Amino acid sequence: MPLARLVAVLFFLCCTTVARADAVDDALAKFFDDKFPRTEQAINELAATGAANAPAILDALGDNRLLIDQADHIIVYKTTGDDLINAKTGEKLDGVDAGAFKKVRINNALRSAIEAAMGALTLANPDPQKRAGAAEAVFETRDASALKALEAQLSHESDPHVAELLRQARAAIVVLDSKTPTADRVAAVATLKARGDQDSQSLIDQVANQSDDPAVKAAALDAKAAIKAHLAWLSVLQNLIYGISAASVLLLAAIGLAITFGVMGVINMAHGEMVMLGAYTTFVVQSALPPSLLQWSLAVALPLAFLVSAIVGVAIERLVIRFLYGRPLETLLATWGVSLILQQAVRSLFGANNRQVSAPNFMSGSFDWAGLQITTGRLWIVALAILVFVALQLALRATPFGLRMRAVTQNRRMAAAMGISTGRIDMLAFALGSGVAGVAGVALSQIDNVSPNLGQGYIIDSFMVVVLGGVGNLWGTLLGATVLGVANKLLEPVIGAVLGKILLLVFIILFIQKRPRGLFALKGRAVEA
Amino acid sequence: MMPLPRLDRLGVAFLIITIGAAALAPILALVVPHDSAFAMPPYVVALLGKYMCYAILAVALDLVWGYCGILSLGHSAFFALGGYAMGMYLMRQIGARGVYANPVLPDFMVFLNWKELPVAWWGFHSFAYASLMVMLVPGLLAFAFGWFAFRSRVTGVYLSIITQAMTYALKLAFFRNDFGFGGNNGLTDFKDILGFNVQSDATRAALFSLSALALALSYLISRAIVVSKYGKAVIAIRDAESRVRFLGYRVENYKLFIFVVSAVMAGVAGALYVPQVGIINPSEFDPGNSIEAVIWVAVGGRGTLVGAALGAVAVNFAKTYFTGVFPEYWLYALGGLFVLVTLFLPKGLIGLLNLRRPARPTPPTPTPTPSLAQQEEGAR
Repeated sequence: MPLARLVAVLFFLCCTTVARADAVDDALAKFFDDKFPRTEQAINELAATGAANAPAILDALGDNRLLIDQADHIIVYKTTGDDLINAKTGEKLDGVDAGAFKKVRINNALRSAIEAAMGALTLANPDPQKRAGAAEAVFETRDASALKALEAQLSHESDPHVAELLRQARAAIVVLDSKTPTADRVAAVATLKARGDQDSQSLIDQVANQSDDPAVKAAALDAKAAIKAHLAWLSVLQNLIYGISAASVLLLAAIGLAITFGVMGVINMAHGEMVMLGAYTTFVVQSALPPSLLQWSLAVALPLAFLVSAIVGVAIERLVIRFLYGRPLETLLATWGVSLILQQAVRSLFGANNRQVSAPNFMSGSFDWAGLQITTGRLWIVALAILVFVALQLALRATPFGLRMRAVTQNRRMAAAMGISTGRIDMLAFALGSGVAGVAGVALSQIDNVSPNLGQGYIIDSFMVVVLGGVGNLWGTLLGATVLGVANKLLEPVIGAVLGKILLLVFIILFIQKRPRGLFALKGRAVEA
Repeated sequence: MMPLPRLDRLGVAFLIITIGAAALAPILALVVPHDSAFAMPPYVVALLGKYMCYAILAVALDLVWGYCGILSLGHSAFFALGGYAMGMYLMRQIGARGVYANPVLPDFMVFLNWKELPVAWWGFHSFAYASLMVMLVPGLLAFAFGWFAFRSRVTGVYLSIITQAMTYALKLAFFRNDFGFGGNNGLTDFKDILGFNVQSDATRAALFSLSALALALSYLISRAIVVSKYGKAVIAIRDAESRVRFLGYRVENYKLFIFVVSAVMAGVAGALYVPQVGIINPSEFDPGNSIEAVIWVAVGGRGTLVGAALGAVAVNFAKTYFTGVFPEYWLYALGGLFVLVTLFLPKGLIGLLNLRRPARPTPPTPTPTPSLAQQEEGAR
C-alpha cells in the first residue's frame, strides 16, 4: 500500500514536471518567430511555468543575449561570462560560434513585460526578502498578469510580512478591476488604507474618481480621508526627524563654541575653521589608509581630528588670545583674522575645490521605519552628537578639570584666588572646545562638501545656538540646537528654507532682548556686567 | 548754536587733504591733458572714489566702536541699504532704455513677469525722495534695532552677534527674488544720475569730489559729536557703562543716538558707492564685510576718526595691490593684519604718529576695556 502511494506520488510529480517541461518548450518555441506579440506571449508563458531557468532566460532576453538559430531550431542564451547555454536543456555549448545565431529582438514594451514577468517569478523565490521586493514591484506596476502568481504565492505564504505585502499588491490590482466582486474591492480598499502611503493614496484617488460602484466609491472616499490624515501626520514626523538630524549637526558644531565662550567670555570666530580642519583630517586619513581599511577610516579620523583641532586651538590660545585677555571684542577680530589665514592655508594645501570623503558601508544608505525615511549616516551623526554631549557633561561634572573649568566660568577672579591656574584652564578649555569642533568636522565631512569654506557655513548658526542657549550650562546648548534645528525644519515646508531662516534670526534677535544672556544664564550677581 | 569744534592739527590736515582732493581731482581728471604725468586716468578716479566711500563707512563705524564701544557688525547692512536706495533711483532712471524697454518696471521685474511696481519702489524716480530714503531706511532700522537692544542692555559680544544676525537675515532676504530687489543679481546696468551719464569721466570726477566732501562732512559731524558734552558721556559709557548708568545718565538714549547717526552716515556712504561701482547686490550685506570695515578702523586707530579714514584707504589700497599682484596671499595679509593690529598696534597707525609727540594731549584713545568680571567688580 505505501509503495503504491509512493508510486502514485512519483507518477504525479513526473507528470507535473513533464507538463512543465512541455509548457517551457511551448513558450520557448514562440521565440523563434521573433515577432513582438509572439515574444510577449512567450515571456508571459515562460514566467507562468515558474521554471528554474526562466529568470536567466528572461534576463538574457532583456540584455539582448537570447539567441536563436531558426534553421536548427536551437535557442541559447549567452551568460555574462560569454558562455552559451542551451535554453531548453541547460547544457553548456562548447565550440559553437555565437555569430551563427540571431538575437531575439525586443522593444520597450517587451522590456516592461520582462520586468513584470521577472517580478512574478521572484514572487516564488525561496528568499523572503526577494519575495517582498517582488511583491512591492507588482504593487508599483499593478501588472494584472501577476495576479495569478500573487494568489498562488499568497495561498501558501509563510512569512506574515511578505503575506501582507502580497495582499497589498493583490489589492492594488483588483481595486481598479471593475469585474471583481464589490466585497473584494472594498476589502482591497481597506488593505490599501492600512498601507496608507503615497502610492496607495494615488491609487485610492483613482478609485474614488473612476469607480461607478457606490459601495467601493464610499469606501475609497473614506480611505482617502484617512490616508490624507495619516500622511500629514507622517510628514510632520518626518520633518521632526530631519529637525533632530539638523539639531545634532548644530549641537556638534556649537558645543565647543559654548565651552570656550563660557569659560573665557570670548567669541572664537575661527571655530568654524576648527570644524573644517576636522573634515580635512578625515579626508587625509581616507587618502592615507589602504582601501581595505576604509571601513575604519572614521574611527581613526575621530581621535585624530580631535587632536589636530585641539593642537591648532591651543596654538591660537597661546599665541593670540592669551594676550587679548579682557578684551573680548578685539579677540573676536583677531580670531576672525586667524580664520582667514586658516582658510587660505587649507586652500593653498588642498586646493579650493571640494574634496571627496566617502562614507563607510555601514553609514551609507537609508531605511524605512514605519513609513519614515531615515538616513543611516544621519542616524550615526545623531548618535555621535549624543555621545559627545554625554562625554562633555561627564568631563565637566565628574573630573577635577571640569570642576575647575566650571569655577572659572562662574567667577574667574574668585577661582584664581582659590589657587586655580586660570591661564592653564583657559588653554585646556580652548583645546577641548576646538577638539570637539574637530570631531564635528568628521561628522560634517559625511553630509557636507569638504571645502575651505565649510566652517563659514556653520559659524553663524553656531553663534545663534550659543546665544539662544546661554553659556551657564551645556543643557542650554542642547536645547538651543534642538529648538533651532527642529524649528528650521518644521518651518521649511511651510514658508521655504530661506524665509524660515530669516524668521529664526529675527526670533533670536527679539529673544535676546528678553533674555540677554540666553536660556540658561549663569545665576547670581556675576551676570550683570 | 553749537560752538564750532576746535580742530587739532591732524583734523586740519585731514580736512585740507579731503577738500583739496575734492577740488583737485576734477581738474586732474578732466582738464589736464591725458598724456601729462599729472593726469588722473578714469579708473583711478573710480578707485579713489570707492576708497572715499569706505572711509566714510569707517568714520561711521569709529563713531560707534571707537567712542561708544559698540562693535557693530551691522554696518555693512546700513551701507548696503543706502546703496540699494540709490540703486533703486538709478534703476528707475533707466526707464525705457532697458532690455525689455518697459518705461516703469526695471528689467528684472519684467523678467519675473511682474505687472506693477511694488510699493517699496514707489517714489524712487525722484532723486529727492531717494536721497531721503538713503538716510531714512538705515536710520530707521538702526533706531528700531537699537531701541530694543540698548533698552534690554544687550552689550559686548552679544550685541556684535545679534547685529551680525540682522545683517545675515537681510542678506538672505535680499537674495530672494520675490523680495523685489533684484535677487541674486542685485541692481545694475545704470545709465543716468540726475541726467548725467554715470559712465562719463565728468560724472565720475564729480562723484569722487562729492564723496571726498561727504567724508570731510562726516568727519566734522562726528568730531562735533565727540568733543561735545554729549560726546564725553558717550566715551564714559564706553569705558564704564554701569558707572555712567548709576550716575543717572540714560545710557540707552546716548547709545541710540550715536548708533542712528552712524547708521545714516553708513547709508550715505553706500549711496555714493553704488553709482561709482555700478552695481549693488546682496553680497554687500555679507557679515564678513562688516568685520573687514572694523579692521580698517583698527588699523588706522580706533577712537580717532582721522585714523579710521586713513585705515580704510590704506587697507583697501593694499587689497587692490595684493589682489592684483599676489591674489593668493591677500587673505594671509588681511588675516595677519587682524591678528597683528589687535595684538601689537591697539592704537593703530595714528598711535604710531603720536608716539613721536607724546606731550600733546591726543584725541581720546581707548584703554583696554575691562573684562566682564572686572567691569562688574568696578560697578559694585
